[in-house]
Amino acid sequence: MTLQNEPIQRAEPKAKYCRFKKNGIRYIDYKDPDYLMKFINEQGKIFPRRLTGTSWKYQKKVAQAVKRARLLALLPFHGDALK
Amino acid sequence: MKNYETVFILNPVLSEDQAKDTVEKFAKVLTNTKANIVNVEKWGLKKLAYPIQHKSTGFYNMIEFEAENNAVAVLETEFRRDESVMRFLTTALDKFAVEYNSRRRKGDFNKNKDKKQPAKREGQAV
Repeated sequence: MTLQNEPIQRAEPKAKYCRFKKNGIRYIDYKDPDYLMKFINEQGKIFPRRLTGTSWKYQKKVAQAVKRARLLALLPFHGDALK
Repeated sequence: MKNYETVFILNPVLSEDQAKDTVEKFAKVLTNTKANIVNVEKWGLKKLAYPIQHKSTGFYNMIEFEAENNAVAVLETEFRRDESVMRFLTTALDKFAVEYNSRRRKGDFNKNKDKKQPAKREGQAV
């Protein structure tokens, strides 16, 4: 038995990236609720940037698009188990 | 001139013909203000994510147009006057949105969807 602690094998955390910058998406369509589902949780809340990795510039656009979709009843303001 | 896009939801109580006439009426309002209509889309009767005026469905319509800024005020006044309009949203389009919409019209984005449910979002130019 060694007195040294055994090293814990942790997976290296993957670097987050902004999917809009990476894929060159410049406009986020509020008319496409299926796509916007990626950015909201089961309750219909918008995911924070720290979870999705979206840059600030595009997070503002995501939020704007989700809010427009909600106004047009394409997405719910609040929901139960949307996914 | 600036590019705009307006989406509005019509009352599901209307018949197909009445809904069609209403859309034409709003298109006429736009052409009267010297607006250039780029695209008119009818998404048909869709289920709403939450009830509006105690209705759970509505006729979705979209008009894309090019107009001076005063045309939007005229159009929105007409929307408010008409009781069959349950919801409307007019947005100004930037250059990326215009590019996106022209690709959308060609059907670049719906290739996979079209196979499953054809002609669901087909645009009709007026």
